[in-house]
Amino acid sequence: MHANRTYAILLRQFYLLSGNPARIVPLFAWVAIDIILWGFITRYLNSITASGFNFVPALLGAVLLWDFMVRVMQGITTTFFEDVWTRNFLNVFATPISTSEYVMGLVLSSIATSFVGLAVMIILASAVFGLSFLVYGVMLGAFLLVLFLQGIALGIAGSAIVLRLGPLAEWLIWPIPAMLSPFTGVFYPLSTLPQWMRYCSRLLPASYVFEGMRAVVTAHDVSVGNLVLGSGLAVLYILLAGWFFGHIYRLAVRTGLIARYSAEGPG
Amino acid sequence: MPAALTVTDLRKKYGELAAVDGVSFEVARNEIVGLLGPNGAGKTTTINMILGVLEPTSGSIQIEGLSLSEHRSQALERTNFAAVYAALPGNLTVYQNLRVFGLLYGVKSLSSKIQGLLDQFDLRKLENAKYGVLSSGEQTRVSLAKAMLNEPALLLLDEPTASLDPATAHEVRAQIREYAHQGASGVLWTSHNMYEVEDVCDRVLFLSHGKILLEGDPKALPHEYGKATLEELFITVAREPLTLQG
Repeated sequence: MHANRTYAILLRQFYLLSGNPARIVPLFAWVAIDIILWGFITRYLNSITASGFNFVPALLGAVLLWDFMVRVMQGITTTFFEDVWTRNFLNVFATPISTSEYVMGLVLSSIATSFVGLAVMIILASAVFGLSFLVYGVMLGAFLLVLFLQGIALGIAGSAIVLRLGPLAEWLIWPIPAMLSPFTGVFYPLSTLPQWMRYCSRLLPASYVFEGMRAVVTAHDVSVGNLVLGSGLAVLYILLAGWFFGHIYRLAVRTGLIARYSAEGPG
Repeated sequence: MPAALTVTDLRKKYGELAAVDGVSFEVARNEIVGLLGPNGAGKTTTINMILGVLEPTSGSIQIEGLSLSEHRSQALERTNFAAVYAALPGNLTVYQNLRVFGLLYGVKSLSSKIQGLLDQFDLRKLENAKYGVLSSGEQTRVSLAKAMLNEPALLLLDEPTASLDPATAHEVRAQIREYAHQGASGVLWTSHNMYEVEDVCDRVLFLSHGKILLEGDPKALPHEYGKATLEELFITVAREPLTLQG
């Protein structure tokens, strides 16, 4: 593993962000809108329910954590799409860079961009809507870690799908988080779901996070075992996604897809 | 000392179609070899295989004695290329492109190397301009600067002067000749400009239907086959390759 090559992928993304404010705003604008929208919804719910249940850590916290996972995934896919949009695969993959160095560059770029979004969400949610992260205690770190790992796995797998199916397949990748969210139980307990959906939920690391988060805010015990299981699943998915990307790359080299990408580009 | 490039019995088949069919050749150090042939002859397929972005069906590629299939990264550290169909990212500036690709190729003393190339290819004034807004001639000069970043032992150039005005093309040809003949590099050059090929290349290979049909000195080869010019020979290769076989 050569750090210089991985750094090159990260540096390219930094150049793109620093050279164009229109690229920086989306890092935090959409998540900020989500926090503001859900912040007011939780305030309203708090005002009309007599139970005294505080919706802020349950709903606003859930939005924040879910958006973080989505930003991690999109941090990877967006960096990858830069090479799709600029028809740059031939230039990049004719260099000595290996697929693991390239993927690591995507992951580092995602860390840099997703943590900008996370910081903005935390500031807004706590300063404007009074979300206290002390509610989650030390579990917050575990929640973020599992979501981060799942976001990485989804991002790598999504990039591999686009590499295999071509530039237009990017439109299959953007909706993936929305398709997973009903199974993840971001806003409701998994027990709400029919049995077949619950089986699917058990395969999603993020579902253990949101179950754990709800347990924290309702003063129930968090199942550490379930979070460990979620982390293990997420790590397994990263390994599988890495293998999948490598497999698709080798297929692309065998069939000439990499070279054709430069010739065809998106469209 | 191994050759800059050794290609042995290289084949690429797509189903029953052989795009490259048993090609073998060498590019020595200090040598510029022209890879010629009509559209669809297999030139770009051959170059893509040498660049490691297309896997051969069979055969081997060695760059400075390093097998591309077994030592991909080390072999590609010694290679670079410029091609009309491989534009650099248009949303990065000239300097940013050179920096990113310099890191990818592991160039030592990268900053001073970039400064030298900016001067060499007359890019100093365009250093902070986005690659995408440059004229095609300026883009070609940037691509050539990128191709020279790692001082490759093997330089692959696919129609490197296609977008240049005659004066700049003349200058670029001189620079590449100097690069090949003063250093220890081999150059594989494709072009449809036969006058340029005759001027620059030490040796040419004519590809037709994925096979090497002719090989030799571009100045002597036309006369060996009863043609007045290299262009005339090219036209014969394209239209009547069977008349040249045997």
